[in-house]
Amino acid sequence: MTTLTKPEAEPTPQESEHFLSVRDLYVQFATEDGVVKAVDGLSFDLDRGKTLGIVGESGSGKSVTNLAILGLHNPRNTTVAGEIVLGGQELTGASPRTLEKLRGKKMAMIFQDSLTALSPYYTVGRQIAEPYMKHNGASKKEAKNRAIEMLAKVGIPQPQTRVDDYPHQFSGGMRQRAMIAMALVCDPDLVIADEPTTALDVTVQAQILDLLKDLQQETGTAIILITHDLGVIANTADDVVVMYAGRAVERGTVRDILKTPEHPYAWGLLGSIPRLSADVDVPLAPIPGSPPSLLNPPPGCPFHTRCAFTDTVGGDRCRTARPQLPAGRGSACHLTQDQKRDIFIEQIQPRLR
Amino acid sequence: MSEQQTLDQQPSPQKVPTPRDEPGSPLLEVSGLQKYFPIRGGFPIKRHIGDVRAVDGVDFTVGAGEALGVVGESGCGKSTTGRLVTRLLEPTAGRITYRGQDITHANRKELAPIRSEIQMIFQDPYASLNPRQTVGSIITAPMEINDINPPGGREKRTRELLEIVGLNPEHYNRFPHEFSGGQRQRIGVARALALEPKLIVADEPVSALDVSIQAQVVNLLQKLQKELGIAFLFIAHDLAIVRHFSQRVAVMYLGKIVEVGARDDIYQRPRHPYTHALLSASPEADPDQRDSTQRIRLAGDVPSPINPPSGCRFRTRCWKAQDKCATEEPPLIQIEGNREGHLTACHFPQDPTLEAREQDVILDPALAALEETQAEGKTL
Amino acid sequence: MLRFLARRALGAAVIILAISLITYLLFFVLPTDPAQLACGKNCSNTQLVAQIHHNMGLDLPVYQQYWDYIRGIFVGRSMPSGQSCPAPCFGFSFANDQPIWPLIQNRYPTTLSLAIGGSAAFLLIGVGLGMLSAWQQGKTFDRVASSVSLVGNSVQIYFIGPLAIALFADKLGWLPHGSDPTWSSDPIGSLTNMILPCLVMSVIFWSNYSRQTRSLMIEQLSEDHIRTARAKGMSSRYVFYRYALRGAAASIITIFGIDLGTVLGGAIITEATFGLHGLGMLAVNAVGSLDLPLEMAVMLISASSIVIVNVIVDACYAVIDPRVRLA
Repeated sequence: MTTLTKPEAEPTPQESEHFLSVRDLYVQFATEDGVVKAVDGLSFDLDRGKTLGIVGESGSGKSVTNLAILGLHNPRNTTVAGEIVLGGQELTGASPRTLEKLRGKKMAMIFQDSLTALSPYYTVGRQIAEPYMKHNGASKKEAKNRAIEMLAKVGIPQPQTRVDDYPHQFSGGMRQRAMIAMALVCDPDLVIADEPTTALDVTVQAQILDLLKDLQQETGTAIILITHDLGVIANTADDVVVMYAGRAVERGTVRDILKTPEHPYAWGLLGSIPRLSADVDVPLAPIPGSPPSLLNPPPGCPFHTRCAFTDTVGGDRCRTARPQLPAGRGSACHLTQDQKRDIFIEQIQPRLR
Repeated sequence: MSEQQTLDQQPSPQKVPTPRDEPGSPLLEVSGLQKYFPIRGGFPIKRHIGDVRAVDGVDFTVGAGEALGVVGESGCGKSTTGRLVTRLLEPTAGRITYRGQDITHANRKELAPIRSEIQMIFQDPYASLNPRQTVGSIITAPMEINDINPPGGREKRTRELLEIVGLNPEHYNRFPHEFSGGQRQRIGVARALALEPKLIVADEPVSALDVSIQAQVVNLLQKLQKELGIAFLFIAHDLAIVRHFSQRVAVMYLGKIVEVGARDDIYQRPRHPYTHALLSASPEADPDQRDSTQRIRLAGDVPSPINPPSGCRFRTRCWKAQDKCATEEPPLIQIEGNREGHLTACHFPQDPTLEAREQDVILDPALAALEETQAEGKTL
Repeated sequence: MLRFLARRALGAAVIILAISLITYLLFFVLPTDPAQLACGKNCSNTQLVAQIHHNMGLDLPVYQQYWDYIRGIFVGRSMPSGQSCPAPCFGFSFANDQPIWPLIQNRYPTTLSLAIGGSAAFLLIGVGLGMLSAWQQGKTFDRVASSVSLVGNSVQIYFIGPLAIALFADKLGWLPHGSDPTWSSDPIGSLTNMILPCLVMSVIFWSNYSRQTRSLMIEQLSEDHIRTARAKGMSSRYVFYRYALRGAAASIITIFGIDLGTVLGGAIITEATFGLHGLGMLAVNAVGSLDLPLEMAVMLISASSIVIVNVIVDACYAVIDPRVRLA
């Protein structure tokens, strides 16, 4: 019987320090209205067995980043620049054939809406078996057995019969499980989960997130979890990147980001969500305005149009100079480290409890 | 015009005159409400072969100026309940009383004066606004239909409304596509306010919006509730938002209310296992809570409302279920240990606490299997 | 699946019956007595008209006439005049007092050949071009093909027909002019004779198909499940044929069903252009000579063709899309 355990879990020699390194990633789309800078200089690292949470709102570039890692953008209107190194292999310059062989085998993706993300025309079993046949050269029968095994693993009852069902015959939670089975069928080293539970109910979401975590423990897969939900992040991520308007504005461990955030945007996000334990008489503290257009991003710090602390920084700096995100823990903001700490402790933290 | 009213005069003469409107008195009373959607099928001639029991016997009240939250997962009937209350749907059975008047089966004409007092805000700010109408005409339309002539004219009133919901009155002549999702939802709110409603049914009003925008809209709605004294039936799946917004909360499961009570009763002293499961599953943005709270992981999905389980509908996913649960439907009552107004429909309720239990409740077989092997690995 | 098909077939039968009833009523809404029409334009002998009236059974109750008519189609009948009319009996032509079925039987090979050949041509050419365009989206081939499609869509058969005859038949001599096929006696000659008419008829259709196919394929290719398939490492070609084409096929077949049904009822302009004798011309002649029974028969047969083809299309649809099959 095949198991999900990976024998080659040790880092290979040619591998850099991190299993996945993204350096200065730029993704731009040419549209009729101009160039959309969807991802604008993004860097992060991820180790085996760890989960990186990427948080951001719609249009922040979080999904685009991950399609870029998989090489799924349409080359005709998309420019991808920068460096993506997965297990020692550079991906941005790799040929389509190389990427095709890596996709599904080394890196796999779990999409948000399992109803549209699975083809309605083929059985669940076939869709799970396809990559196994392609990447492992398995026969139809072997692949089907593997699909049944995977379905059992992710908790589909009666997998021997359900394997021949079509996606629309599955409930939402089961479809998402099938999608996880499909992503894990070739024991990938990297799984990218793009809002994997957003379309699900809370109780099912909890099941799916725990399932992902448990499977990760078993296989040592690295996971990139894209979400807008800070609760999901708190539950699953080890490290977090906060994205805004195509840039990483803050990076740190999950505790850093949720307990001592530094960037005013992160403060805004935390102030926007009601908590089950918070005082109900305190109104939420939303971020004013709405996210900027990526066609014409504001100069300087992209967040300055919605930021309450541009005056604290003083002068025109926020409007003219783009703040850099330091390596490791840190935030891309012109406030000094002391200012960040003081503002957070004095103004932000009291509102969060 | 001699009949012109001043700004403060609220109801137009055609509205139902009711003397009692002090806060707390029931504005809306719903009892035994049912909505069955028939399923047709069979061969050779399609016929009625069953029902989707979307709402199956629901009782609640909403007091004047009060916000009643309704939480539950998809298919629990919360949206259908909202549509029944606004009479966008015809109830199959039960009774809906608005300010003492039975509107369960009221016809178009009888409903006309009430329609203006009960307004609805929809989930999808993209689909619920006509893309070919300007913002101005979208908001004025309800005034025109109900023949309401505010002092200073409808346009002036519309500009005021735009201001109230935080939009630029200058945008009167713009079209919906020129606005972002959050702004569109504000337009929807302004439209609902145009008739000076007493009750707003808000069906997932923020779930389509980005996190930072959600908070803007929630704050706006809360301001309206407090300042204008509008009652809300606030329907949402997000437990934290419902808690933040509502004074009382009803938890629905498969077409029934399983627990209802004051906010703290539901969130601090829940009794129904399903409420416990929901709270446990609801992720908090706090990494410290990862391991400190009880973990309840249900198995599978919500059963089909076509053939709901007998007795207690939650029993098929409940860890405390016994034979009695299959045969006897638990009534929604104030069970022992509950405070006044806190009703629970359960034969074997949980203790009214959220303290972490010794062992997680893991009903999901796949999860249980994985965690068992991992636990074994650790002890070896 | 079986139940699905059974329901569709039953529905089709009901529709055909309804059509037959409506066509039959044509007899009675006309201001003139059909017997007068049957007698001829200058027939002023009232006694003769009354005789014909009786012979046609027009003095029987309407439901009885209709019943006789329908029964005749299946089991044949003998007319009140004593003429016998073997099944399938559609009555007697006013024009020459002959049973109608042999007339249609005579014409149907031409129509059927034209319909099958033409629709195969427009389906293959149109869908093929559309797929290539989608594959090459935005590139030169796509742009040229789109322009050609637009031209093809705007020309008319009576324009390119003669043009094609002049070019391919007269000038180049590659293909014969086109004439009615006689499959049993001269299969090869029939085949070559049908090529030009089929191709010409297909032109106005295939441009539509290539555009539809192109946009359907592009729409399919932007679907989420396509991205999923690519994300698991399936090759572009595999995804294109296995996933996108399958999705597009369902819609293409639906349009195809309608078009095939239409051409099965006769392609008047193509027939006229090439001097063919198919159902289309038969219908035109019937209308010209006010030959009511013939009109009815042609109408009934073309309507039935459309309905039957649609049932077949539904079946194909169910094979392609399990959501239909299992609903």
